[in-house]
Amino acid sequence: MSEYILLLIGTVLVNNFVLVQFLGLCPFMGVSNKLETAIGMSAATTFVLTLSSVASYVVYTFLLLPLGLTYLKTISFILVIAFMVQFTEMMVRKTSPLLYRVLGIFLPLITTNCAVLGVALLNISRQNTLMESFLYGFGAAAGFSLVLILFAAMRERINLADVPKPFQGAAIGLISAGIMSLAFMGFSGLVAG
Amino acid sequence: MLSKTSPHITGSNSVGKVMVTLLLTMIPGFACLVYFFSWGYLVNLILASATALAVEAAILKTRKRPVLFFLKDSSALVTAALLACALPPLAPWWLTVTGAAIAVIFGKQLFGGLGQNPFNPAMVAYALLLVSLPVFMTTRWANVDQPSSLLESLQIIFNLSASGIDGITGATPLDSYKQNIARLTSADLLVAPLFNGQWPIGWAQVNIAFLIGGLVMLWRRIITWHIPVSLLATLAVMALLFSHDADAKVPVLIHLLSGSTMLAAFFIATDPVSAATSNKGKLYYGAGIGLLIYLIRTWGNYPDATAFAVLLMNFAAPLIDHYTRPRVYGHTNAVKGYKSDD
Repeated sequence: MSEYILLLIGTVLVNNFVLVQFLGLCPFMGVSNKLETAIGMSAATTFVLTLSSVASYVVYTFLLLPLGLTYLKTISFILVIAFMVQFTEMMVRKTSPLLYRVLGIFLPLITTNCAVLGVALLNISRQNTLMESFLYGFGAAAGFSLVLILFAAMRERINLADVPKPFQGAAIGLISAGIMSLAFMGFSGLVAG
Repeated sequence: MLSKTSPHITGSNSVGKVMVTLLLTMIPGFACLVYFFSWGYLVNLILASATALAVEAAILKTRKRPVLFFLKDSSALVTAALLACALPPLAPWWLTVTGAAIAVIFGKQLFGGLGQNPFNPAMVAYALLLVSLPVFMTTRWANVDQPSSLLESLQIIFNLSASGIDGITGATPLDSYKQNIARLTSADLLVAPLFNGQWPIGWAQVNIAFLIGGLVMLWRRIITWHIPVSLLATLAVMALLFSHDADAKVPVLIHLLSGSTMLAAFFIATDPVSAATSNKGKLYYGAGIGLLIYLIRTWGNYPDATAFAVLLMNFAAPLIDHYTRPRVYGHTNAVKGYKSDD
């Protein structure tokens, strides 16, 4: 049990996907201008990332490995992720139109989030089990959501500030993200590995 | 008849006055640092202040803002003073100068200057230096047993001495306790002069002096009680919960009276710009810093965690503010969080 908790803390804080491993930076910079869109994006990403992490593990272990097709893992993971995203979109649309409206455009955008493919590939290289894959995917998504939501709230404030002209917009966003990444280095050593 | 518009009763607190009072209340703590540890702190203060003022003036001039008006509010001096307290006293001169320049440029002016910086400038510079130049940031401390004089400090800081000192490492109570508790018992450790029971010489005095300065600020109503109280209470509760066995973890008094705890609680965390603003938000903000300080000190790599804890909660402050908006008089509670029916 405690190893699972450590794995979660490790993926959410110590090896945060955005601020420490620098994956998923495009949605991090792209949809962090408003808090509400950031929350929508976080919810959609958490759902898809957790599912696709488990699904890609299942495909790898029960399909690619027995057939000796492991060299196809990247392309099959992309397929799994695209399928997962499409499936989620259809499911959500039919079962909960309200949630569909909330998530809206963000669902298809997740296909291009490199953190999703990153988690699927890292699961294999870390030799995670099924349960660990689930927690690793969920932890990655929780860490992504945490920093995305915090960053969105901060950017709403920065957008009102009197930033010098050359630094407005993405430039000051990247500088603040750099300082946040610096702050996250404080977590190093909390969990080994 | 002279007619003026409201407000007719104005407080006597301008930004400049608040900053100057803050600087004055830092004097006892700073004097203790100089007396018990090293004159290097004073040299650092002068270097940092000069750099901070010069860099600020240069940027204001480039941006065609009134230079003297903004320099007079002394906020650059406060940043420099906090940085001088945090940096190792015998750090080479260029480290202090770089730090002060980073603080003013990346911590403050790029975000638009005073009142708009989301992070505490001094802590941005300190964390950046600690991560990038760990050798200089850990081997240039002074020892309580042999405080360095003004001449010695100047020689080391400007690299003038013929003997060519490469580094001085002073064991800090927090770090030393954490390193040695695995092989010694708490009773054996605490008799050492570094700990002096649970009142580490030098460290305890510095912290108490900063506590007194903080209480003066509370009395002058420059800060409110929310952040320091919730920060120190959370740190103490965490230490009581997890460190009840003094043979395993650092006991509570050393957490409160060593390292930079009081400086952080009263002078760094209470920065009105980068902290949360509502009273309820301040309680959460302070508690978050206290919690993070304990977590990083106990299980992390950094023995004194205040800079990272403050930066992490600076990061969270806008969201805390978003969810702790006070109720407007005459209205029902503010709408919180995501509502899809709009």
